Amino acid sequence: MKKIIKYVLLDLLRNRIIIAYTIFLAVISLSVFNLEDNPSKGILSLLNLVLIIVPLVSVVFSTIYVYNAAEFIELLVSQPLRRVNIWLSIFTGLASSVCMAFLVGCGIPVLIYAPGDTGLMMTAMGLLLTIVFVAIALLASVLTRDKAKGIGVAILLWFYFTLIFDGIVLFLLFQFMDYPMEKPMIVFSCLNPVDLARILILLKMDISALMGATSAIFRDFFGNQWGIAATISIMLAWAIMPLWWSVRKFNRKDL
Amino acid sequence: MTLFNNYMKNLSLVACLIVCTITANAKTWVVRPAGPLKWLQEAIDNARPGDTILVEKGVYRQPTIVVNKPLYIKGIDCPVLDGQKKYEIMDIKSDGVVVEGFVIVHSGYSSYNDIAAIRIINSRLVIIRNNKFDDTFFGIYSQHAVNCTIAGNTLHSNAVNEITSANGIHCWKSDSMQIINNTISGHRDGIYFEFVTNSQIKKNISTGNVRYGLHFMFSNDDLYEGNLFKNNGAGVAVMFSKGVTMLRNTFSENWGGAAYGILLKEISDSHIQHNRFIRNTTGIFMEGTNRIKVEQNVFDNNGWALKIQASCNDNTVTGNNFIGNSFDVATNGTLVLNSFTNNYWDKYEGYDLNRDGIGDVPYRPVSVYAMIAERNPVTMMLFRSFITGLLDKAEKTIPGFIPENLKDDRPKMKAFK
Amino acid sequence: MIIATNVTKKFSKLTALDNVSVSCNKGQAISLIGPNGSGKTTLIKCLLGMVVPDSGFITFNKKNIAHNWQYRSAIGYMPQIGRYPENMTIAQVLDMMKDIRKQKAVQLDEELIYLFKLDGMMNKRMGTLSGGTRQKVSASLAFLFDPEVLILDEPTAGLDPLSTEILKEKIRKEKQQGKLIMITSHILSDLDDIITEVIYMEEGRLKFHKSLSQLQLDTGEKTLSRAIAHVMQAGL
Repeated sequence: MKKIIKYVLLDLLRNRIIIAYTIFLAVISLSVFNLEDNPSKGILSLLNLVLIIVPLVSVVFSTIYVYNAAEFIELLVSQPLRRVNIWLSIFTGLASSVCMAFLVGCGIPVLIYAPGDTGLMMTAMGLLLTIVFVAIALLASVLTRDKAKGIGVAILLWFYFTLIFDGIVLFLLFQFMDYPMEKPMIVFSCLNPVDLARILILLKMDISALMGATSAIFRDFFGNQWGIAATISIMLAWAIMPLWWSVRKFNRKDL
Repeated sequence: MTLFNNYMKNLSLVACLIVCTITANAKTWVVRPAGPLKWLQEAIDNARPGDTILVEKGVYRQPTIVVNKPLYIKGIDCPVLDGQKKYEIMDIKSDGVVVEGFVIVHSGYSSYNDIAAIRIINSRLVIIRNNKFDDTFFGIYSQHAVNCTIAGNTLHSNAVNEITSANGIHCWKSDSMQIINNTISGHRDGIYFEFVTNSQIKKNISTGNVRYGLHFMFSNDDLYEGNLFKNNGAGVAVMFSKGVTMLRNTFSENWGGAAYGILLKEISDSHIQHNRFIRNTTGIFMEGTNRIKVEQNVFDNNGWALKIQASCNDNTVTGNNFIGNSFDVATNGTLVLNSFTNNYWDKYEGYDLNRDGIGDVPYRPVSVYAMIAERNPVTMMLFRSFITGLLDKAEKTIPGFIPENLKDDRPKMKAFK
Repeated sequence: MIIATNVTKKFSKLTALDNVSVSCNKGQAISLIGPNGSGKTTLIKCLLGMVVPDSGFITFNKKNIAHNWQYRSAIGYMPQIGRYPENMTIAQVLDMMKDIRKQKAVQLDEELIYLFKLDGMMNKRMGTLSGGTRQKVSASLAFLFDPEVLILDEPTAGLDPLSTEILKEKIRKEKQQGKLIMITSHILSDLDDIITEVIYMEEGRLKFHKSLSQLQLDTGEKTLSRAIAHVMQAGL
């Protein structure tokens, strides 16, 4: 398995899109930090990058990569290898190279220009989101045979997680304004990895406001060590579940 | 300046008094556990006004010590006065008393009496300095005191809740007090003033108190300068006063639904300048305040930098830095009678074509999302998400939600240093 | 050596393999022949475990290949379209395969690499290669590990005549060493002098499986292409 990962990585690290993505992130992060005179505002500008662009690039790039590698995957499958290993290697290779791009392009500038809890949490969340959306991409591409359809599904999922879901939640919160919505809200958040990442970053970035919010939800659930640990585990589950499902599908897939 | 002169005058007066009494045939008494003079009270009773009493190292357990004549009482090597959790430890009932160098511990505790470690009653020119208070109910309690100095003391208690605890430095109906360089922690309110006028509170550190770091009511014409109020249960609360000046204080890390850097209630004609508000849930909360000048303060990383209720009039917010706050300004009304000018807002996205350092389009410091979160607190969960960002952008393009005249017409492009 | 029993595979409505049973043995060179869409490639993919049959089973050396992967170390496969990670060089692809198959006992057979003159362009990236060169890489990989079974899907498509000859020569050589070779090809004339057996498929069904000599006898035609043409016409 290590060997396949090695070669997938070798291929991906020289991939033009990965290199372009790294440069794109680096240019944005550096210009944000150099144009803003205070790093906390820079962090704020990068928040949207982490929550929107990172999932988009991760999911679309991974889907396209898997489709383009169809013949290569066939070749690997015809070799004496377990399918699980092939699939997990592709996942590992993809996830680590996109993560690497994020780390170099965004994580390192953040840690240099705005070291501290918030920057660290944002980098960690960027990496986690990358992994989650690579897993979602693998699932989308194993479920649909057609490349265009697969990419469409991937983009739709991204759109759902970054915008539609929150829109629905906001709508519900106002529809049921007179009811206690705190516990349902925790459940809602767990249904969306982007929300979880955002909340974890908020806990570092806006702790002063959150601790004073009339709603005690942050203090009581997300605000303590257990809450943070639980949230991170749920995010990991968001990576593991789609991956596990895609492995099952790939095991039975006709190539 | 007048305050300062006043202060200098008091100091020199006290100094004169001491020097005079010492030179004029004053006697020095030494109290030590081995005797012959074993008790401080005994020494006080024997002494004549203007005498000096030195208390040597040891633990002195006794009922309340009453000081009823001007004396210089000094602890050598930190003698301990222990109230055994039963007594008020020292009552000062005379002018011109100086108490310094003691460790004062275990005062009595009562839920209906205000038991203190040291109480100053109807006296002038008393100095309490460089003492250490531990596990006391009230620390220093002054009533009807004038021109007294409380300086360099450390007051610590182990307050758990508001009901079973009391204040560190508590002044009631006093005038021209000097509260300087004290460190207060673990009390109910760090410093508490009620009907205290013309006083100065400088360079104190008040942290980790269960209620307010500083709390005053009906106390006019006082100066607060260079103090640090940090991590108190509810921050600082000032109410029903006028002529308050707050300079160069730091208010930080006051977190909670009802915690404020400063809570201003019914305050008028006051001045808040060069202060730093860092990581508070709310930097300044104003309710019923009039003619307050908020100038050149730094609001850094607060949840809400300013919350101005509709009951506030003619306040001016000028030349402040607003940096990294979740929300800059929130209000509950639509009519705004306060002015914002020349502030630096880090969220300002305007431009400065003529390069005069002032943005060419006004800044509106109230965000739609602040209004939404005010109405429906659970929506804080969606704060900074893509969709709420869209809402804010929409509001900026077509304003309709936020008060029309709540804006800074001359936002600065750069923060002041 | 390879025995398929009642193998059926449907892709939604299309029946790609319909109750196919074949048995292939060592020393045979089998040509899989049939019109487009007759199920040749699907059959090969079933043998390689790339497609899982709906029913029926396949054994390799008397072991069922379902849920088994080790058996593939005895197979060399040359796909119809060989595509490789674009940014890897030929050398890296070869290294990767050597790494993956890590059979130490086996002597590597690098003859084709030299015959195709790939050794001179080891550092070229796969993405920059022509289709024919990629075919050469695929062929070299199939033979590299000296496998007992060679499965070649359209091996000569895209190859220039010289390279086709080289490849055919290599196939012949391997056949003589007693290996099982399965070839699908449209260009029937390429196969005449190599193959010993013919499997003819149509619409997912196995029409016949005969030795070449038997087929020649049955049809009275000398060359494979004419024999097949005869069969197809007769079928109509």
